[in-house]
Amino acid sequence: MDVVILALVLGVLVAVVFVALLRVRRHPPPLDEQTAEQLADRAPTLDVPGTDAETPAGAPQVAEGAPSVAMPPPAKLSPAERFRTRLGRARSGLGDALASILRGRLDDDAWEELEDSLIAADVGVEATLELVAGLRERVRAEHIRGGPEALALLKEILRLELGVADRSLRWRDDGTTVWLITGVNGTGKTTSIGKIAARETAAGRTVVLAAADTFRAAAADQLERWGERASARVVRQESGADPAAVAFDGWSAASSSGADLLMVDTAGRLQNKRALMDELGKVERVLDREAGHVDEVLLVLDATTGQNGLSQASAFAEAVDVSGVVLTKLDSTAKGGIVIAIQRQLGIPVKLVGLGEDIDDLATFDPDAFVDALFAQATQDVSIEQPTATEDR
Amino acid sequence: MARTHAARGHPDVCDRLRNDCVGSVPAATVIAPDARATRAPAPPPHPFNRWIQPMFDALGDRLEAIFSSLRRGGKLTDEQVNATLREIRLALLEADVNFKVVKAFVSRIRDRAVGAEVHEALNPAQQVIKIVHEELIEILGGMAAPLDLGSRSPAAIMLAGLQGSGKTTAAGKLATLLRKQGRQPLLVACDLQRPAAVEQLRVLGERAGVPVFAPAESGDPVPVARQAMDEARRLGASVVIVDTAGRTNVDEVLMAQATDIKAAVDPAETLFVIDAMIGQEAVTVAKAFQEAVDFTGVILAKLDGDARGGAALSVAEVTGRPIKYASVGEQLEDFEAFHPDRMAGRILGMGDVLTLIEKAEDVYTEQQAKDMESKLVAAEFTLEDFLEQFQQLKKMGPLQGLLGMLPGVGRQLKDLDLDERELVRVEAIIQSMTPEERRKPAILNGKRKKRVARGSGRSAQEVNQLLRSFEQMRGMMKQLGGAKGMKALRGMGDLDLDALAAGGGLPTGVPGMPGIGGLPSGLGAQGGAVPAGGRPRGKTVPKRKRKKQKNRKGKRR
Repeated sequence: MDVVILALVLGVLVAVVFVALLRVRRHPPPLDEQTAEQLADRAPTLDVPGTDAETPAGAPQVAEGAPSVAMPPPAKLSPAERFRTRLGRARSGLGDALASILRGRLDDDAWEELEDSLIAADVGVEATLELVAGLRERVRAEHIRGGPEALALLKEILRLELGVADRSLRWRDDGTTVWLITGVNGTGKTTSIGKIAARETAAGRTVVLAAADTFRAAAADQLERWGERASARVVRQESGADPAAVAFDGWSAASSSGADLLMVDTAGRLQNKRALMDELGKVERVLDREAGHVDEVLLVLDATTGQNGLSQASAFAEAVDVSGVVLTKLDSTAKGGIVIAIQRQLGIPVKLVGLGEDIDDLATFDPDAFVDALFAQATQDVSIEQPTATEDR
Repeated sequence: MARTHAARGHPDVCDRLRNDCVGSVPAATVIAPDARATRAPAPPPHPFNRWIQPMFDALGDRLEAIFSSLRRGGKLTDEQVNATLREIRLALLEADVNFKVVKAFVSRIRDRAVGAEVHEALNPAQQVIKIVHEELIEILGGMAAPLDLGSRSPAAIMLAGLQGSGKTTAAGKLATLLRKQGRQPLLVACDLQRPAAVEQLRVLGERAGVPVFAPAESGDPVPVARQAMDEARRLGASVVIVDTAGRTNVDEVLMAQATDIKAAVDPAETLFVIDAMIGQEAVTVAKAFQEAVDFTGVILAKLDGDARGGAALSVAEVTGRPIKYASVGEQLEDFEAFHPDRMAGRILGMGDVLTLIEKAEDVYTEQQAKDMESKLVAAEFTLEDFLEQFQQLKKMGPLQGLLGMLPGVGRQLKDLDLDERELVRVEAIIQSMTPEERRKPAILNGKRKKRVARGSGRSAQEVNQLLRSFEQMRGMMKQLGGAKGMKALRGMGDLDLDALAAGGGLPTGVPGMPGIGGLPSGLGAQGGAVPAGGRPRGKTVPKRKRKKQKNRKGKRR
């Protein structure tokens, strides 16, 4: 038995050391080449901000307005309103959550509650420590005594921090705009695409969807259903086909038919699977080559995701040029606080939020509503009784 | 890095955050500067730093820093306990364990750590880690909980969970597993919500060779669930696996529907499927599902990602229900019984040595291992042995996965960017050599190298590179084999998971290869301290503990 362990540890070590040695030698040239290539590829993206800034400013407005025009206005809320009301579902009442703070005194309990509320919202330990430390400094400097004022200040800090980002979606002035949709398994990529497609077709655009998730069973069927609902054309190949080939087909179909938008759905992949991340890189490269460049690479992130969200965002950002996050399932009790860390550390802003399974449950991200919701029901209503029971034992 | 950054910037706050787990214990304030000092210094730059650096995140290493001054024995002081608990608290929070669960857990650890149980002959780090590890295992359910399908046939298993947690995939995998165990499962499509979910289940059923009952594409799933039991009797199926739609815990209508489906099939097991990546919400969600369907067990999905999976702990603690299965890959076969002990190690960043050992036992015979050992000691390790080693490793699965199981190395190694194809290339080069060349690489002259390069389809440069790397590695192995290393490694029968992490062996050992002696010193430091046979597989829970578990269970309900 001990011999087995020995052989095993050594075996793994042998392989690791060896590969590492090879790598140390081999690494520099390919890395540089790749970086250079990426930089070259990305240059054009940075060169067109002028046009970018104008188009998107109009685009979301059109999109936001369109559903309310097209549908009976009294029953339907605007996406922004829906964002607020849906988030509201998750609230139980602000008073209970931050009791000490709202009692008005800034004692240790109050600070702790603030930290707990951020951690409970999945903001993460590091970001929480930084945020609260920053707040403490300002509270000291500005001689703030009251808890409610401190809370308001923290919200303001968060709002400002989230507010600086450009959340507009990039459109081309002419030709077909290309968006690539990525994310780990089960975050809601296909559903989000369906909703975005519906929003854009409702705004009078023609949309083509490419079913480049050729791995998961029936993923293309799912996209096809969404395509029917959103009256968008779906390009697909048989299951198991090369996703890059499907993306290529999608581009051919979209550009030749003069569509306004091509959205490429990709298979969910865990960010630590090297080969799958490479595959995603290939899809982007093919699109870059054929279509000039991909206008948006959206990372779909489940709001219930914890600290792993940061790992997801950085790994995907490394593989492809992630330009924004779609935060889904925000209609649950989850707060999605990890997006704060993602924007802080990686500079990737949330652009859209998913608020349910209906076709119009999609909204642009509203930092104010998001920040308010962060502190609602901060302390979950879950009692941990077992420990006391054990202690009593 | 989280810790250094926070500590540098705002000592008072982070101390407070860390301290609150230990309440108003006066010692806490005294230790604060200490704790900061231990985390501040970064290891000197090193070529391997790119992938070594993140390893220091592992809890074992953090604790190592605290206890480095006390390596040679001594009992735990209050100060040490406090400093340790702070680290444990942070590690658990970073692993996504719910903050309330963390608080309760940490206070429990504290009680145990300062109590009588510390009077053993372990070093302080080992003591604390051991306690934490044991406590984690206990919360996670102690031993792997088998599926209990009762005596009725057909027995039903219902799956429930949030959207995208992996229910449909889990249904397919569970069917595959049960079929392998000789049962006749029937898959039932009760997810009539998500477009094409029924189709997905059909495809999975086809792949798994299991019939799928899917009479409807949309509408009310409750009648489908009811008919399913009759259909199972007609087909002679012994297990019915009911896939349901994903639902959020705040959606009252759908939660009520889940309750109705449960009533319709009266399942022997109701399994709650949860994503290993879920954060703090895990407790709220789990509670809501427990209320609605009173699940009997949990399936932890997407555990093959790099999430630490702290949610597993939250769910187990809050609901008292055992985690029964873990979903660990994209294929239908990637589904296995859940092992609390291994998960505990993962949450703590301690690696998964046990699974690694199991895999090794599958491919290495004892004789092979012994031969390898003697060759290493005698520095007779040739390219031939190397090739063999490589091939054995390949049988054990993807290298990345194996590395992830090594303590301390874990998830951070993804940065190493291991390319399995590289292994294939190395293999091709070695295989293009004659047996003599493999034994004596020195005889490889320019002409031979050219031949080898041609034979393997690689360049002569690559052949050279391989030979150089091999020599270098052999040098390292010689150092390891010759020095105290081997002796200590041989004593690894005493290997204990706790000690492995407490020793912090691998991470500190790997960076400077010559310093790899650090590995054995960590691994073997135990001597006779920890009882031999550290493999919990098949290990029975000591009587004392078993009683405790019973108590806990009782209180929970």
